[in-house]
Amino acid sequence: MREKLQEIKEKTLAAITTGDINLARLEEIKVACLGKKGSLTAVLRGMGGLSAEERPVIGQLANQVRQDIEKAIEDTKARLKEEELNRTLRRETIDVTVPGNKAALGKAHALYQVEREICDIFVSMGFDIAEGPEVEYDYYNFEALNIPPNHPARDTQDTFYITDRVLLRSQTSPVQIRTMEKQKPPIRIISPGRVYRSDALDATHSPVFHQIEGLVVDKGITMGDLKGILETYAKALFGADVKLRFRPHHFPFTEPSAEVDVSCLLCGGEGCRLCKGEGWIEILGAGMVHPNVLRGCGIDPDVYSGFAFGMGVERIAMKKYEIDDIRYFYENDTRFLSQF
Amino acid sequence: MKLPMHWLSEMVDVSDIDIKEYCDRMTDTGSKVEGYETLAEEISGVVIGKVVKTERHPDADRLHICQIDVGESEPVQIITSAQNVYEGAVVPVCRIGAELPGGIHIKPTKFRGLPSDGMMCSYGELGLTEHEMPEADPEGILLLNEVMEGPFPLGEDVCSFLGLREHVVEFEITPNRPDCLSVIGLAKETGASFARPVASHKPAVKGAGDDVKKYIDVSIESPLCARYSARVVKNVKIEPSPLWLRLRLHAAGVRPINNIVDITNYVMLEYGQPMHAFDYACLEGSKIVVKEAYKGQAFTSLDDVDHTLDEGMLTIQDSKKPVALAGVMGGANSEITEKTSLVVFESASFDAAAVRIASRALGMRTESSARFEKGLDSDLTREALERACELVELLEAGDVVDGCVDVYPVPKTPVRLPLEVEKINRFLGVSLTEADMRSILETLEFTFDGQEIIVPSFRDDVRCFNDIAEEIARIYGYNKIESTPFKGAVRPGIVPPRLQYKRRVSDQLIAMGYYECCTFSFISPKQYDRIGLAAQDERRNSVVISNPLGEDTSVMRTMLLPSMLECLARNNNNHGAPAKLFEIARVYQKSSTPEELPAEPLRIALGFYGSGDFYDMKGVIETLLRGAGITAVYTACATESAFHPGRCAEITDGEGRLLGRFGQIHPHIAEGYGLGADTYAAELDFEAIFEGADFEKRFAPLPKYPVLTRDFAFVCDESLEVGRIEAIIRQTGGKRVEEITLFDIYRGAQVGEGKKSVAYSITMRAPDRTLTDEEADKTAAKITKRLYEELGITLRA
Repeated sequence: MREKLQEIKEKTLAAITTGDINLARLEEIKVACLGKKGSLTAVLRGMGGLSAEERPVIGQLANQVRQDIEKAIEDTKARLKEEELNRTLRRETIDVTVPGNKAALGKAHALYQVEREICDIFVSMGFDIAEGPEVEYDYYNFEALNIPPNHPARDTQDTFYITDRVLLRSQTSPVQIRTMEKQKPPIRIISPGRVYRSDALDATHSPVFHQIEGLVVDKGITMGDLKGILETYAKALFGADVKLRFRPHHFPFTEPSAEVDVSCLLCGGEGCRLCKGEGWIEILGAGMVHPNVLRGCGIDPDVYSGFAFGMGVERIAMKKYEIDDIRYFYENDTRFLSQF
Repeated sequence: MKLPMHWLSEMVDVSDIDIKEYCDRMTDTGSKVEGYETLAEEISGVVIGKVVKTERHPDADRLHICQIDVGESEPVQIITSAQNVYEGAVVPVCRIGAELPGGIHIKPTKFRGLPSDGMMCSYGELGLTEHEMPEADPEGILLLNEVMEGPFPLGEDVCSFLGLREHVVEFEITPNRPDCLSVIGLAKETGASFARPVASHKPAVKGAGDDVKKYIDVSIESPLCARYSARVVKNVKIEPSPLWLRLRLHAAGVRPINNIVDITNYVMLEYGQPMHAFDYACLEGSKIVVKEAYKGQAFTSLDDVDHTLDEGMLTIQDSKKPVALAGVMGGANSEITEKTSLVVFESASFDAAAVRIASRALGMRTESSARFEKGLDSDLTREALERACELVELLEAGDVVDGCVDVYPVPKTPVRLPLEVEKINRFLGVSLTEADMRSILETLEFTFDGQEIIVPSFRDDVRCFNDIAEEIARIYGYNKIESTPFKGAVRPGIVPPRLQYKRRVSDQLIAMGYYECCTFSFISPKQYDRIGLAAQDERRNSVVISNPLGEDTSVMRTMLLPSMLECLARNNNNHGAPAKLFEIARVYQKSSTPEELPAEPLRIALGFYGSGDFYDMKGVIETLLRGAGITAVYTACATESAFHPGRCAEITDGEGRLLGRFGQIHPHIAEGYGLGADTYAAELDFEAIFEGADFEKRFAPLPKYPVLTRDFAFVCDESLEVGRIEAIIRQTGGKRVEEITLFDIYRGAQVGEGKKSVAYSITMRAPDRTLTDEEADKTAAKITKRLYEELGITLRA
């Protein structure tokens, strides 16, 4: 019997390990050996005829043989399944260089991307976003900003008028006045929006463009604070390496006033076509709020001081993306819009 | 303002400073340099030579062989075709290797076999015009000995000799600093910027006797003239100015005319004080009266343009008529001519606003008006006038009559301001000493009376504490002020909810494949015609710009649709590839009175062509509105002329408030824009959506029990809107019905002509137990019954 068991084992293992073994054949072998009518089952059934001494010995051996065969079958089965999966995977291989299926994703307009980015930098510094009307009173656009009628500063901002007293705002600065009229200091606002000047449309001018205005009014605000805020802003927008240059300038509603340049985004200050060889790019106008403006809004300039700044979104976007013609912004050709 | 550096150097010495460094420092202290040019930069190798011998070319009648002494041991032989050269003439000689404007290089050459080692040149080749060289032959060689006095250093660079070689710096002067529209003003800024002394010149007039009072009487009859100073010059000889003066004007960008006019221009450039010269013979009654014009008064300016004056325009008149428009331009009737022998020089102070109003109203912007309208120092008129008379004597242009008429009813009192050292330091964020501040102010010619600052008269722009702070800051250096971190309470920056929602809408549209647009806020009123808006449609009632650039941009839009269609059309024309666009922008709604500002609500425009149909657009709108928590009602709308009458929907919220319209663009309208029939657009009312939106978020427990689904197909008339079916299903099914999905609409032979089959999948669920099949069937039966009763439709067989 011992021999019989040994023979079954060897025969079965030999059958399993033949080269052309497959899952179906394996199952047949399993049935032929371990099934109800299987060869091993038959042997085990014949154990009744053994002596009491032999029975446990043969029993143990038979169990061992059974386990060995079962293990061999399971191992082979696992191997065969793995091989079959691998074949399937190979069959399923695709060309990953074929382009993907189109997923529709639009784009925000370049100007509004830049506008939002700038506003969010200031919001992160505790500025509130404020808005104001585009069709505005002369009073808010000029007079309250220390620009009386017939002031020469009006020349630099050729203005569209609706009536004698109503115009299309030529700057976002009227929002300063509207804010100061409504709100007591401390004030910290940033105000984006459209502005209008009667410049014919060409590569560098547009009768409609976008500005962002900022205003801070509080006790003890200094010109050093103005520089600090603008430096933080410029580094956040253009990168930590950027340098700022403040040049004295004149705006009727700030005093002292400054124009602010950043070191050229392309050449870093060496001089190139982007900065027209100057090494600097003008990005904004700023200054300490003029006492007449504060007073006009009922804020005592002896108690409070503040600063204001304004910048053109088109200009910054053009420099940031090296766009050489402002008209692209308003043509809305998707070949342009999709680049940003 | 163009500043020739030779002129500046008469007042302040900056010859040791590199021009680039000069420009940078001036910009840093507030006189912004636009750029600089180097005159005669393109010219080299042109020297002074003297013709020592000329002879005719043996083989050519028109050619002359000249031997020219250029200060070397041997003369240079140059052959020329010019006919005005003679022995003894002093000429500019371009040596071999010389360069002239336009990339001309001088090389040795031969004329009919004889060598010529260079070229003589005309004034044109030196970059000059007949205005600087009126007496020279424009075709011939420039004969230096005929246009100026010697001695002539032979062999020396001719441009340097003529003073042509210099830097001219161009400044952008802000309107608050008219004093810097002058060489003297810029010299003072230069002195302060580089801490260098500035030489001041006190004009001295010798005078030729006689008495100005015998010639002229001046009266001011308007408060718009603060001061009028005048002097008289007799025995005037009108002739070209000397070369040095002409070349100086040329460098400053002003065209020389004649000695008297050149003097007025010279003084204007030097002092910033515009002047005028009258021909005394044309002044009737020996009188000058400064008074305002009456309405309709006629005046012909010296450029021979006729003007009709208005009240409030300030004029200079003689006893009968206007002879000048104050501060703007002189009159043709009293212009300096070659015959002028007696001249009245005017140097006056006119009201800035009055000059500006007149010059704008008459469309006459002049160098003079541009200065006056910024506000000039009334203390300056007298000195400028003296300078003009000094130049008359220097140029021997005439005899200056003794005495000056100077009417100055209310002399200016200097502005005094306290020097608040601590306050300035606090305000700027610096720590300067009082001595530092005083020294800065002193370099700018401010003086002190104890602790009080006395502002110099030429600085009318300095009026208050902030102005003093700026003077100190700009000379100290803005870039030396230390940047300080932000002070003040820590608080969150607020993006207002409405703006947050605007951002969200645009993010959602972008995620759905739409590109954001930005179009002009003003349009042509014809755009309303293009979209077929009825003549009486209230949306034509736009805010109108009174001074538009053109008809195309003349009214503020009341709707975004025309701009959207233009964008789609442009894309279609430019590249033709499908485009999906959106814009969120304001429209402008006129208020009832013109003095009231219009409302500026935001609208959302959507548009596409070639990338979907009505239901694609509707899906996007549904997603947007669902995101805002709005249950919208879509109703067919056949009355919007821009849209296909059978493919346009009006969107309202539950309370009947209009949220917008969308649909296929009417083929006629689309065609008008060059677009195809597959063009769809929407215009939504952002404000109504935002007001109706519900952003409150509440947690609903996830369902514990499973759903049951029943599918139905109904057959109904083609004309029946499925929205009615859906409404009845929802009504009848009540809370149990969780979702109704229309999954198919079938038209065809199987359902018959004029019919359609609509297939729904209805999902039901009970919140508290597992719904039984019987319950679901009961609900389904109720629904089919109601549909039959209400709409007469039956389940498809």
